[in-house]
Amino acid sequence: MKSFRIGGIHPKENKFSAGAAIQQADIPATVAIPLSHYIGNPSEAIVKRGDTVKVGQQIGAANGFISANVHASVSGKVRKIDVQLDATGYRRPAVFIEVEGDEWLETIDRTQDIVRGCSLGKEEIIQKIQDAGIVGLGGATFPAHVKLMPPPGKKAEYLIINGVECEPYLTCDHRLMIENGEEILIGTTILMKALGVDKAIVGIENNKPDAIEHLTRLATTFLGITIQPLKVQYPQGGEKQLIDAVLRRQVPSGKIPIEIGAVVFNVATTFAVYEAVQKNKPMIDRVMTITGKDAPNASNYRVRLGTYLSHVVEQAGGVPEGTGKIVGGGPMMGRSLMNLDVPMAKGSAGVLFMRDEESIRKPSQNCIRCAKCVSVCPMGLEPYLLMAYCERNMWDELESNRTMDCIECGSCNYTCPSHRPLLDYIRFGKSTVGNIIRNRNNK
Amino acid sequence: MSLVWISLITLGVIGSVSAIILYVVAKKFHVEEDHRIDLVEEVLPAANCGGCGYPGCRNFADACVKANDLSDLHCPVGGNDAMAKVAEILGLVAVEKAPMVAVVRCNGTCEHRPRNNEYDGVKHCFIAHNLYSGETNCSWGCLGFGDCELACDFDAIHVNPITKIPEVIDDKCTACGACVRACPKDLIELRKMGPKGRRVYVDCRNQDRGHIVSKACEVGCIGCAKCQKVCKHDAITIENNLAFIHDDKCKLCRDCVIVCPTNSIIDVNFPRPKQPKVAVEEEVSQ
Repeated sequence: MKSFRIGGIHPKENKFSAGAAIQQADIPATVAIPLSHYIGNPSEAIVKRGDTVKVGQQIGAANGFISANVHASVSGKVRKIDVQLDATGYRRPAVFIEVEGDEWLETIDRTQDIVRGCSLGKEEIIQKIQDAGIVGLGGATFPAHVKLMPPPGKKAEYLIINGVECEPYLTCDHRLMIENGEEILIGTTILMKALGVDKAIVGIENNKPDAIEHLTRLATTFLGITIQPLKVQYPQGGEKQLIDAVLRRQVPSGKIPIEIGAVVFNVATTFAVYEAVQKNKPMIDRVMTITGKDAPNASNYRVRLGTYLSHVVEQAGGVPEGTGKIVGGGPMMGRSLMNLDVPMAKGSAGVLFMRDEESIRKPSQNCIRCAKCVSVCPMGLEPYLLMAYCERNMWDELESNRTMDCIECGSCNYTCPSHRPLLDYIRFGKSTVGNIIRNRNNK
Repeated sequence: MSLVWISLITLGVIGSVSAIILYVVAKKFHVEEDHRIDLVEEVLPAANCGGCGYPGCRNFADACVKANDLSDLHCPVGGNDAMAKVAEILGLVAVEKAPMVAVVRCNGTCEHRPRNNEYDGVKHCFIAHNLYSGETNCSWGCLGFGDCELACDFDAIHVNPITKIPEVIDDKCTACGACVRACPKDLIELRKMGPKGRRVYVDCRNQDRGHIVSKACEVGCIGCAKCQKVCKHDAITIENNLAFIHDDKCKLCRDCVIVCPTNSIIDVNFPRPKQPKVAVEEEVSQ
């Protein structure tokens, strides 16, 4: 069975919520829709205090090429445009809306019917995706329309749909594939049209046999889509790892996947593309997993953007006793949350409760040069060396040792027998080297 | 016997050939260096701290010798004394500069600024800063892991274990600026030492709006601009909800210290706290 060829680990899967159907989360009394994104420029608010908005109405305009539109996820009155504490503890601009009813824009098709045919041209599709403010839901929240416009001279050959979900605990993509499989495949054909490719591959890890079976059966009616089961290995959901696993091609260091003719989209993004193009529904909600070993009911919710996490957690039964840490996202790449009063953004894939004893970091000891981190690094880096360079502020050496290639998957941290905080240092090194490179390019 | 001779002769030949090569190379590639560089380097403090902007004392000496004017060059460690000696050697005029000192502009002690979460990552400010805002509600304030302490070559700055805020020892601080560069929150500033070490400054860097600041910290600057109104010397400006006292204009009258509603303006090394004028008059009448 196929998998990527360099490094990789297999942490315990713990997919407790895999059997829980996606539920609609209640609409809260107020939402705070973030205007800033993980990547790119923050959007500019185009509504003002006191305005009445409907569900799906645009409230923030993209600011620059790498930025996305923001839409109201609820209907009601704009209470204020102010700063809101985000998951990292900094204050970022957000639009606060007080909910009144649930009134949608008339243009949005809210029926359950599946629309298969798409007569739109390439440019129209990309325009629709851009207008709908769709960003990559795999985690990096990179604007989707940017990926659909390859730089001149580059041609996409393959479209790869990422249904891997290699993060332990998270099941939102798994459930989406089972419940909205057909929509995802229609979204795939739309993306194929927008890119001008005739081959698409959906990569799914074989710990989701039901999803593989379901999609394989559906894919027989779609031209050019193949379903590729993959061996379970973390971090297979990484863009470059998935390309290696599916196509056996390696993205050169410092380059983007289009260089070798591949474009990767997450299944959740593909579903959002389907909704935007066929149903005129902008990105106003996403599926997230609420889970944990002691979670009262591990479940998947479709949540409107801007809902406070505390509101969703309450519906799922509240924070279990003996929770030491609450992580936003999966256990490998997620970040612990300072508090639950942060609004959910386009990139929030889950909330994970970690037990007290699980959440304590073991004391860091000396490196014993066992090279386990080197053997598990999916990018072929030497994490122990990068950490040592970071500690000594040797930025030139860090750059020449390809620290910018690090995908921050945390495999090195997970495997280190001395519990060394490798990733913390490398992340810091990456941000510093990134600044140095940016300053150099600006000169 | 012959073995000993062979080794002696071989080594002797290698030695003499190398000696000849070294001699020739040394003569051929001899670099003529200004002898004044050595003299200047001798009067510099040899701390190699980089506070002057050059990698070390020798590079600074080199720059001094090459320069026609010493006004842009200053050794913060040696101060005016060292620069006067440098000027004497080079026959130039040294420009007197007011002595500076590092000032930490955060007073968010555990008492003033309650902790609302616990950080268990690597205990370094730069790593914590890279991950999130910090253990309190104030995303601007001191993280307290002591990167400044590690950066200081002069043992002049220490994190107080009780308050978790670094404190500068004025006598030891040379204003080299190492801590300024080390602080990821940009809290440390080089300010004029002031007469007898007396200084008045805003002990806060929080640029959030007032209501957010007052929830996060008892002694944060809320940008109310009372100090700006009371200042007779135009020394205070308010930018991004934060007051800043310009040390070149401040006359140390301490009117701002009295009006500040959150006690975020600090006066140090004054013999006694200033009393509000009204209170003084009352005392006199009694």
